[in-house]
Amino acid sequence: MSMTANEQMHDNLTVSLGFWIYLMTDCLLFASLFATYAVLTGGTAGSVSGRQIFDIGFVLTETILLLTSSMTSGLAYVEARAGRRNRSLVYLAITIALGASFLVMELSEFSHLVSEGYGWQVSAFLSAFFTLVGTHGLHIASGLIWALTLVVLIMKRGLTHDTTKKLMLFTLFWHFLDVIWICIFTFVYAFGVLS
Amino acid sequence: MFGRMSLDAFPHDPIVWGGALSIVGGVLAIVALLTYFKKWTWLYKNYLTSLDAKKIGIMYIVVAVVMLLRGAGDALMMRGQQAIAAGNPGYLTPDHFQQIFTAHGTIMIFFVAMGLMFGLINLVLPLMIGSRDVAFPFLNSVSFWLFFAGMALMNLSLVYGEFAAAGWLSYPPLSELQYSPGVGVDYWIWAVQIAGIGTTLSAVNFITTILKKRARGMTLMKMPMFAWSVLGAMILVMFAFPILTATLAMLGLDRLMGMHFFTSDLGGNPMMYINLIWAWGHPEVYIVILPAFGMFSEIVATFSRKRLFGYTSMAVALMAIAFFSYIVWAHHFFTMGAGGDVNAFFGIATMVIAIPTGVKLFNWLFTMYRGRISFTSPMWWFMGFVVTFTIGGMTGVLHAIPALDFQLHNSLFLVAHFHNMLIGGVVFGYFAGLTYWFPKIFGFKLHEGLGKAAALAWILGFVVAFTPLYALGLMGVTRRLDHYDANPGWQALFIVAAIGFVIILAGVLLQLTQLAVSIWKRKELQAGDDPWNGRTLEWSVPSPAPSYNFTSLPVVTERDPFWELKESGKKPKPIYEDFYEPKNTAAGIVIAFASFIIGFALIWHVWWLALVGLIGHIVTLIIRLTRLDNEQLVTAAAVRAMAEGRS
Amino acid sequence: MNKWLEKHSRASYIIGYVLSLALTLNAFALAATGASMTEGMAWTLVGLAVLQIAVQVLFFLHIGREERPRWNSMAFVTMIFVVLFIVVGSIWVMNSLNYNMTDHETIETMIQDEGIRH
Repeated sequence: MSMTANEQMHDNLTVSLGFWIYLMTDCLLFASLFATYAVLTGGTAGSVSGRQIFDIGFVLTETILLLTSSMTSGLAYVEARAGRRNRSLVYLAITIALGASFLVMELSEFSHLVSEGYGWQVSAFLSAFFTLVGTHGLHIASGLIWALTLVVLIMKRGLTHDTTKKLMLFTLFWHFLDVIWICIFTFVYAFGVLS
Repeated sequence: MFGRMSLDAFPHDPIVWGGALSIVGGVLAIVALLTYFKKWTWLYKNYLTSLDAKKIGIMYIVVAVVMLLRGAGDALMMRGQQAIAAGNPGYLTPDHFQQIFTAHGTIMIFFVAMGLMFGLINLVLPLMIGSRDVAFPFLNSVSFWLFFAGMALMNLSLVYGEFAAAGWLSYPPLSELQYSPGVGVDYWIWAVQIAGIGTTLSAVNFITTILKKRARGMTLMKMPMFAWSVLGAMILVMFAFPILTATLAMLGLDRLMGMHFFTSDLGGNPMMYINLIWAWGHPEVYIVILPAFGMFSEIVATFSRKRLFGYTSMAVALMAIAFFSYIVWAHHFFTMGAGGDVNAFFGIATMVIAIPTGVKLFNWLFTMYRGRISFTSPMWWFMGFVVTFTIGGMTGVLHAIPALDFQLHNSLFLVAHFHNMLIGGVVFGYFAGLTYWFPKIFGFKLHEGLGKAAALAWILGFVVAFTPLYALGLMGVTRRLDHYDANPGWQALFIVAAIGFVIILAGVLLQLTQLAVSIWKRKELQAGDDPWNGRTLEWSVPSPAPSYNFTSLPVVTERDPFWELKESGKKPKPIYEDFYEPKNTAAGIVIAFASFIIGFALIWHVWWLALVGLIGHIVTLIIRLTRLDNEQLVTAAAVRAMAEGRS
Repeated sequence: MNKWLEKHSRASYIIGYVLSLALTLNAFALAATGASMTEGMAWTLVGLAVLQIAVQVLFFLHIGREERPRWNSMAFVTMIFVVLFIVVGSIWVMNSLNYNMTDHETIETMIQDEGIRH
């Protein structure tokens, strides 16, 4: 199916508006989880609070990994717009590697907490923590599957209107996840460690 | 291996058996008919896999009407029980009664109201704004099939397992594992969750459609008021439904993974559930009413032969109502114990919403003033709406006063109020819309006489069924009572209410008869393109509308563009262009089926099956989203041939 | 600046990255002190977060730089308002409920432990 340049631009604008509106709904989803976390953060049921279990250095590393991957995803798109397929793929691969490292770190944090006896069934605070941070992690995992699919797609079909558009949508998603993470490290970890 | 599934989960009670058998019987009957008349391929190609918004709209409406019958059946059982259970337990056990009122509310809101709404929007919106289809036709199909999957889970609960018995919003701690250990609440969670995600996706679709797919020259201030009402409603969906998704997920996590969001122990806070669910719940009721308002705007203007009075104030009022509906939610739990400052804020905000609503009402009446009015059946529904909705609105303002609400909360007065709004506003509006746009979609009108009789029965029936409830509420009767002492003298009023319900039932039967008769007499009732002397673009295309809507996309300069066209007598020169028509696909069905499997598996704790569903989901998405061959080119020459062949 | 950033979108990402990094490190430096939370610290952290969100929304997501009509920006601003209502509103409501619905015994203990509450 071939479109004129005008049609392609209109198509891009329509699709990116639609995807942006979806991202706004996702913001409301996270807002509900944040509100719940705020209300239940005191519900520690005699067990641990954030101050006792959060490792701020660990979270800083995670944050830098994710932030860097957000930048590299943007650069992947810049290269794609310029038609430079291989550079675009390299940046995309770096994004995936950094994102996967983030996820591995987060999973290790979770399994460590569970093995220490601070799982999600222990208190409302822990339920809220695991759900809020875990939902973000699930989004990251979905993004990684998406990015991997994109790598295969771009390798097989090159940088077409369609694959470039899909890459743009992925970068929107990935930037959005980093914005959510700012809220998480501020309101969950930083606030938690200082209370 | 099979989680907590067992043979024991089939019904035990004869009444439930009756319900289960009617559902199974109904499904088998449909399968038998399709097989006998050899219509499977026709159904599959023309409806199930179609990405045409009009076909999807018809499917929504069919499902909604079937669910209306089920919801009405629940109402019948409740009215019957309350009419006889004075000083005796009646014929329903308390647990069964609780499942019935839970199912009644869930069905009516999530599957009837939302189904009719999305059905009508799909049928009408693209045509009305001069577009060929919605912005994302495949997403549209996914939304419908997710809705269907939710409906399927709901109905399955009647056949295998049980349904929730904690009210249509399943408040914790009652809905937590400790007090609802069975599968009922889980069925509720998944049916609503899956359908809800479909709704959120529809918001993405319809907002993009309205913002990006209007005809050339149709600025926002020139688009029909119905389109404005859809925009308002979808903005509400966009920001409200994710709250529902999150809250249902958290309740689900409490039940599935032993978390403590809303449990009464280990730090949980059930009040937070109520807070969040109503932060969604209040916008939800405005979501269903705004499109009804939009439909009335079109109907009143057309049948008064006059343009809508106060277009700008109507649009502003819609947006004001939408804005305010986000800041009133605590009025649903004034009695839960918040301080006077909180209750006062939310009470005042609630009262303020009556103002833009009043503006709209007066504008409709001013539209009629000095118009040349045809009292067709849609106008009968409108007249019923004006009276019932206004009275319901007034009782709403009564509730908005926290001190008064302490008396009225959770009494039958409240039940009467919200049925006043939902029936008088939403149901009457959608029925009017269905009657009004039916000829555009099917090519023939619905029988007017039967339609008017049905409207009369509904209006009369509503008054007889719900006025007693106002009285009973003021006398202190709580909602959801399965039986009561014979002493207080309430039974007479309950019997009157039951009679009222029978009158409404007569109305429903008249509507079903109307449909059957209209189909039988469709040649005499044939409509033509413009049966009502309409004002908007949908009346400029043939009836039934072709899949691609317009042979030549219209260019617009005024409001009520079709009316202007007719008045000017001009025939605009058609411009034939290539366009792409989306090809049919079963991917939406598969995605929804995978969702159904995930829901079913998590309800019954069959973990491996949930994983299968998840993988199926991901694989189908990847396959569909990487497919290139999704659309079919229709050349300008072919379009010209279609247009000229017609004339 | 807008037009310049448009042409040099690589620069947009790098500048955004550097600014975000700086804001992040500041926030973590504050958090790493492990001190007891004061109102000033809370507002500082919020301010740093808001700034970083603004940086990323502008430099990574390019919001505010679309062609008119700026639907993306409008949707974003509306979302911010709704989120603030819901989150702040919920916390306000829940605080009020928790305060008014606490049992007598616990209130007595709190009065003894902490002095008269507001």
